[in-house]
Amino acid sequence: MALLSKKDSKLILDPLADNNPITIQVLGICSALAITAQLKASIVMAVSVIFVLGIGNVVISLMRNIIPSKIRIIVQLVVVAALVIIVDQILKAFAYSLSKELSVFIGLIITNCIIMGRFEAFALGNGPWRSFLDGVGNAAGYGLILIIVGFFRELLGSGTLLGFKVLGDPISKTGLYAIGYENNGFMLLSPMALIVIGLIIWVQRSRNKELIEE
Amino acid sequence: MEHIELFFKSIFIDNMVFATFLGMCSYLAVSKKVSTAVGLGAAVIFVLAVTVPINWLLDQYILRDGALVWLGEEYASYDLGFLSFILFIATIATMVQLVEIVVEKFSPSLYNSLGIFLPLIAVNCAILGGSLFMQSREIPTLGLALNYGISSGIGWFLAILAIAAIREKIRYSNVPAPLRGLGITFIITGLMAIGFMSFGGMLTGGDEETPSLDSNPENIGVHSEDIQKKNIETAQTVEVSTITKQ
Repeated sequence: MALLSKKDSKLILDPLADNNPITIQVLGICSALAITAQLKASIVMAVSVIFVLGIGNVVISLMRNIIPSKIRIIVQLVVVAALVIIVDQILKAFAYSLSKELSVFIGLIITNCIIMGRFEAFALGNGPWRSFLDGVGNAAGYGLILIIVGFFRELLGSGTLLGFKVLGDPISKTGLYAIGYENNGFMLLSPMALIVIGLIIWVQRSRNKELIEE
Repeated sequence: MEHIELFFKSIFIDNMVFATFLGMCSYLAVSKKVSTAVGLGAAVIFVLAVTVPINWLLDQYILRDGALVWLGEEYASYDLGFLSFILFIATIATMVQLVEIVVEKFSPSLYNSLGIFLPLIAVNCAILGGSLFMQSREIPTLGLALNYGISSGIGWFLAILAIAAIREKIRYSNVPAPLRGLGITFIITGLMAIGFMSFGGMLTGGDEETPSLDSNPENIGVHSEDIQKKNIETAQTVEVSTITKQ
């Protein structure tokens, strides 16, 4: 990449795989699971987190020398809360039914551990541009897992992707349903999100032996 | 009666961890030993029991549409609902600082074993989630809000206690290497959540859908198309009514 130096592009690419916030750093799982029954909700959530973490990292990084360390958590929370309010208001204005569906989970981006984790671990010690890249990279790694989980849950659970009936119509028995395929309604229930992530971790760690825990 | 109902509903049916996945980060990180898990669980119960009622008062007298009417008639049209995130999180951060000071004073050993996780309660989704669910489910009285805070705290406590006990035992089992640690914990939590789903019929006798289904986005489109339709319809009517208001 000509635009980014090697060190900078590592900041973006690392969290996508070997240092993924969800499967390796164990951050931000709360909101990751609850909204992944549909691909659309997962994508909206991913974009919201990329926005909040990218901008938030820059703001914190710009303020890093003037924040007294004792009250830094409260300062960070206020910055995130302000950004999340923006996201929430935008969603309410332009995608009302979707924002109803996501209900409190947009608000819970505030307490998403990824955000505080990256502020603490990166933005407080690095310049704005690098922090921006780190924020976008980590949020994208988070979004990637969200989208993978959302993809499988919607495909196997309701036979649709983004609302399109990719596997045929279950009622008039077309496509795959004509030969006796049935949707697995279980995939839509919340526990399956956990199990799908467990399986993703399994695949990832069996491909890269260095990540295995003792 | 409604107190008892809310109490059991928040502990078992709408369990913070197993039904809504709140507080997963600390749930996974602190559940390696039962003793630390108990400490953190107790801290969460306490913080929830304090913050949910306080946020209920804030919601009722400051944030709601028309809540400022006690200041005078001219404030009746104010709707500060968009400020709720920032006010709730400020209350929570303050209370957590307070708890930290109290625990450090009275139980230094607990303070040391909780370590970094005590300040992190401030960013525990379970705490903010408690307040946000309190707001979105429109809990009617202060007593019920207190009840909701305590009982959902107990639900979280039970969950972390259970997983910590299982993880202590599982150390002696022969888990496939790539699944060790995090992976198996996820899968066990999933299985426990399936178990907890069977509490769903507890309050209704199994005759009807549990009331939590509507409020949980997870379940939209899950149980029969009727619910899905109903949800869409309500969403549309709300949309229409907001448009007409404007």
